[in-house]
Amino acid sequence: MSIGNGGSANGQRPSPPGDYPLVIVGSGPGGLQASYFLDRLGIDHAVISADPGPGGMFRRFPFFQRLLSWTKPYAPYPRDSREFERYDWNSLLADDRRHRGIMPELMDGSSEFPSRQEMEEGLVRFAERTGLRVRYGTRWEGTEQRDGRFVLATSDGEYRCRVVIFAVGVAQPWLPAIRGFEHVAHYVDTRTDASYAGKRLLIVGKQNSAFELASGLLQWASQIILVSPRPAMLSVNTHSLAGIRARYVQPWEDSNLGGGVAILNASIEQIERLEQGLAVHTRSTESGEPFVAEVDEVIAATGFQCPLLDLTELGVSVFGQSGLPAMTNAYESADVPGIYFAGTISQGVPGLKKFGIPANSGAVHGHRYNARLMVSMLAESHFGKPRHRPAMSRTELVDYLLAEASTAPELWHQKGYLARAVFVDADGTLRDDGIVSLAQFVDEGGPDAVAITVETDQSGEIHPVVYLRRHGWVAGDAWLEASTVHEYRTAAHRRELRALLGDLAA
Amino acid sequence: MKNEDIVDTLAGLSLFADLGRPQLEAVAHTFSEEAFPLGQRVLRQGFTGSGFYIIVDGEVTVRINGEDRSNLGKGDFFGELSLLLGELPVADVIATAPLRVLHLGGPDLRAFLLQYPPVMYRMLQSVSRRLVRANEWATAHR
Repeated sequence: MSIGNGGSANGQRPSPPGDYPLVIVGSGPGGLQASYFLDRLGIDHAVISADPGPGGMFRRFPFFQRLLSWTKPYAPYPRDSREFERYDWNSLLADDRRHRGIMPELMDGSSEFPSRQEMEEGLVRFAERTGLRVRYGTRWEGTEQRDGRFVLATSDGEYRCRVVIFAVGVAQPWLPAIRGFEHVAHYVDTRTDASYAGKRLLIVGKQNSAFELASGLLQWASQIILVSPRPAMLSVNTHSLAGIRARYVQPWEDSNLGGGVAILNASIEQIERLEQGLAVHTRSTESGEPFVAEVDEVIAATGFQCPLLDLTELGVSVFGQSGLPAMTNAYESADVPGIYFAGTISQGVPGLKKFGIPANSGAVHGHRYNARLMVSMLAESHFGKPRHRPAMSRTELVDYLLAEASTAPELWHQKGYLARAVFVDADGTLRDDGIVSLAQFVDEGGPDAVAITVETDQSGEIHPVVYLRRHGWVAGDAWLEASTVHEYRTAAHRRELRALLGDLAA
Repeated sequence: MKNEDIVDTLAGLSLFADLGRPQLEAVAHTFSEEAFPLGQRVLRQGFTGSGFYIIVDGEVTVRINGEDRSNLGKGDFFGELSLLLGELPVADVIATAPLRVLHLGGPDLRAFLLQYPPVMYRMLQSVSRRLVRANEWATAHR
């Protein structure tokens, strides 16, 4: 495959070390998506990756079963349409219709959830068809700032640039500093399922990776105990991707029915090696009572961190268990201007998180839109390429916003996080501002404008929500009526929205 | 901040002074850590769906109708009033320094407080102190 040689038809590896306006580090979905939109805007850049080919984390994970994100080949819109993206969580975005909806062509009808191999192949095809130029086998090893430029030391030599985008994933295994964890395998070191046949297994964690392992090993292990301090949540209850996804609930049902799985809410105090197996000393977070589990093996599904190398020495501050960088709403480091982040790292920009519901920026169907938005913002701020903001008639506004609320994939995948915005320019003309960050719209001022989002309320109902900016200020949010079939192009919604918009929609 | 560091931080905050280590670990796993740059609005006056926040690093200003009314720092919390009353927030809260907070979604606050009555008692004490200060402010500005 030519792409494995560096994405160049003649076998030459592209983008040798040297000076570039911008460098992207990483060739997972985040890096590829950012590179694609930079290409579309004609912004010269290099992409470097330590991997031998595209795919990022999907070259390796998930271990068992399939992805958690679906692609529905027979959705109600054509596969090359923007609307189809709402039903296809896994294809990267493209302006050219020929390059859209790549994933459905790889699905064989056995599941709407692609396998890891199918996902990796989808990313390979995207990179090939869109002609992305990635220098594979080039490892980023260090970072400096010199004469107002970033200098990236790599295994191939020095790259120098004004702007750098790190799309390096959140994939560095993390283990807690608890006595005895040296006897514990991390999730990434999980072996083939059959090698756990007959084993008593303890899994540390109750996130999806823990339940993925438990689901995959249910028929192999003789016993499975899941342990972490807080009770597990289900995504069907949180109305979001936070919590155990429906596909991994089987171990929970097994536990409820007494099938052999135990789920403990406890902290782990230490792990001790026995003559045969391990003793895991726990203490209940509810009763405070101790409990010792004797098992053959322990796997830590305790999460991952960002591999940010020496960026913290450069001044990039990080936060949280995953060591995410602190960022502005433009995905730029809050501390070091010129450093941007794409891909799953973009989950470090929380947005409004209304009712505690997070954005989907940790997953491809969320962060692919963040990457497009980030590129359009940095194209304006660093490369003098303003976004096209077409004029529109006030008489069109109500129908346009309700159509967006009904079908816009950005609003459905990034609920309460991305918005469609329309503003009044200095001449009094209405202009489409495109898909914007809701936090920027409500917090950063600007001309009179309206933004519409799709959001989930406390009861789990989904509504369009309208934000009006007047005299630089957004005073609150207005929730339109919900719709059982999620269709808001109705007479009642038109009346409701027109009344809210007033003279904007005259 | 790693979870064990969050546990240490929580242990040093008066709000959680009565909890043991396993409970603090559960609390650390219940909240999510978020970072906001200087100038970023964290709580928004008049917006639905707000949350509860505990400051682990940095400072904020509490702004009502555009007027800065008080400053909060490490260990302080905000967002609880509107959640307890079921009303929209009556203030903006804005980072006046790079800010790190622990965040709990609004719908989860009630269950959290009922699960940890010592935290509820400490919160009640803190809210009472704020009420006294607010009365003093009102008297001074009468």
